[in-house]
Amino acid sequence: MSDAPLLEVKNLSKIFDLTEAAWLAALTGRSRLLLPAVDGVSFSIPKGKTFGLVGESGSGKSTVARMTVGLMQPSNGSITFDGKPVSAPGGGRGIGRGRLQMIFQDPFASLNPRWRVVDIIGEALLRKGMRDSLARAKRAGELLDQVGLVAVDGEKFPHEFSGGQRQRISIARALASEPEFLVCDEPTSALDVSVQAQILNLMKDLQDELGLTYLFISHNLAVIAHVSDVVGVMYLGRLVEVAEKKQLFKAPQHPYTRMLLDAIPRLDMTTRERSHVVGEVANPMSRPPGCHYHPRCPFANKRCKSEDPKLKGAANFAAACHGVEEGRLPAWAAAAE
Amino acid sequence: MSALLEVKNLSVEIPTRRHLLVPVDDVSFDIAPGEILGVVGESGAGKSLTGAAVIGLLEPPGRIGGGEIRLEGKRIDNLKYRELRRIRGAAIGMIFQDPLTSLNPLYTIGRQLSETLRTHQPLSETAAKARAIELLDEVGIPAASERIGQYPHQFSGGMRQRVVIALALANNPKLIIADEPTTALDVSVQAQIINLLKRLAADNGAAIMLISHDMGVIAETCDRVAVMYAGRIVEIGAVRNVVQAPNHPYTQGLMASIPRLGKDDARLAHIKGSMPRPTDIPQGCAFHPRCPKRFEPCDQKRPELMKGDSSQAACWLLQREADQ
Repeated sequence: MSDAPLLEVKNLSKIFDLTEAAWLAALTGRSRLLLPAVDGVSFSIPKGKTFGLVGESGSGKSTVARMTVGLMQPSNGSITFDGKPVSAPGGGRGIGRGRLQMIFQDPFASLNPRWRVVDIIGEALLRKGMRDSLARAKRAGELLDQVGLVAVDGEKFPHEFSGGQRQRISIARALASEPEFLVCDEPTSALDVSVQAQILNLMKDLQDELGLTYLFISHNLAVIAHVSDVVGVMYLGRLVEVAEKKQLFKAPQHPYTRMLLDAIPRLDMTTRERSHVVGEVANPMSRPPGCHYHPRCPFANKRCKSEDPKLKGAANFAAACHGVEEGRLPAWAAAAE
Repeated sequence: MSALLEVKNLSVEIPTRRHLLVPVDDVSFDIAPGEILGVVGESGAGKSLTGAAVIGLLEPPGRIGGGEIRLEGKRIDNLKYRELRRIRGAAIGMIFQDPLTSLNPLYTIGRQLSETLRTHQPLSETAAKARAIELLDEVGIPAASERIGQYPHQFSGGMRQRVVIALALANNPKLIIADEPTTALDVSVQAQIINLLKRLAADNGAAIMLISHDMGVIAETCDRVAVMYAGRIVEIGAVRNVVQAPNHPYTQGLMASIPRLGKDDARLAHIKGSMPRPTDIPQGCAFHPRCPKRFEPCDQKRPELMKGDSSQAACWLLQREADQ
């Protein structure tokens, strides 16, 4: 396994234009309504590793996922996969899609209800150039077997499966094009916890078997902690902290990461003093200047209110926080496990 | 302490063309004033239907098939619609999962609150408004007197859920049924709502039935917990005991399959298969086809709740241990 990154994301931004009647705004010179959903995000993923992206709703994590597989064009910045651009601003299809695949959150919405499973998987095989329908059916059977279903399940329709089984079908479909890289956008959020464990185990096994690289997106810190090698924490479109998993959960630096870790309800029910959680994610349309987190941050000072913090630190151990940079945050007292 | 809510042998039936489904089957529990009882289970376990049955909001053709529900000793499961309406919203408050669908988008928050207040209490419009502001204040909405004239869409998700809680609290209910109150919310907001619920039980002495699929939420909020599987309670006991030393193999599997921070295992333990649909619940113990510890009575006889060392569980293993 080489350490050269398989996927490299540099300074990625996506600005949604929410102006109604843009032509009118252009004519009258009124300012446009712009929503920067992703704002200068950079990270890289080495081959065979899992990068976990965590954040609350509106943090821009799904937008990053969509841009990574080329479902959306970035407004700025670049994504390179194995040295080639996935998509550049201004269009262009970049590398073949087959090498990058995506698994979506909702296994009820991402499978065509009118198609048999064998056809759903077969379509991906056909796109790979497998013309012979018998060969396709055979390969689909093998793929179903690989994700823990049986080949005869191919004759069924999606509604005949439970949520967890459907997510297995989604994974089989993604595997059909023999990808090297899977983008998983909340793949277990719609599933029950015992089924979630089955899917997470399956994904781990497939990674070991096939040497897959994952970009894994979730709002659930415990799931992220379970699957990732490196974790990035997003808040209002920016990456506020990136660290090796162990480092992040043992010594979180950014106050937002600390708040998130503290806010998760724990099974061990320690009666520890909860840091008082205040406020909620700001409206992305009116994000606070400076550090976006400053209105909720107990350590914010004047500098935080005006100056954008940059991600600083080592490559895989960085936080975007003036307080961390100046060394004025107290040490993290880890919650007792 | 005598129980505020007593549920005895409750069953919920849904007649369909081919079957009579029994998604809640012979469920018994009680809740004392000031106590928070968690009801946990995976989707389809019957936890929401149990909550709906208690408050009389089962959707037809669903109906109560048997058993008794008593609030302060009085039966409420056989009340007429109008009598039930008087209790609902006054003695029992309800908090649903999605705060956007439980608020009327066309009315201001203030109007919805005072309507709820004036339906059950003889209050003047001004008095109701003053009380509404008080309620919003109580659930932690800043600048309540200004926000009372606003519409639901002007509130964020967390604030909307606070409004829903304020509505549920309006008439000082003795019992609150909260069905997945934090599931639609971000984790930082969820922590705030959990704190609010705990305070309500402690300060107002309200009994709370908290339905959730999230064991972490249950563990931090509740005093006792009932674990449901395929329409039945398989284990019930003090939260600490059920979480740390579960007796039922299903609870054990469920606890082991939850990814936890600080536990660095390569693989999660998981339970094979999935919960049976209500159309084909297996004979005997409904969990036996998935159970790693099954032995001969499990596929024949259905176990009732039995006393274990730390909790009650419906499992023949406890009987075997007791016999030995």
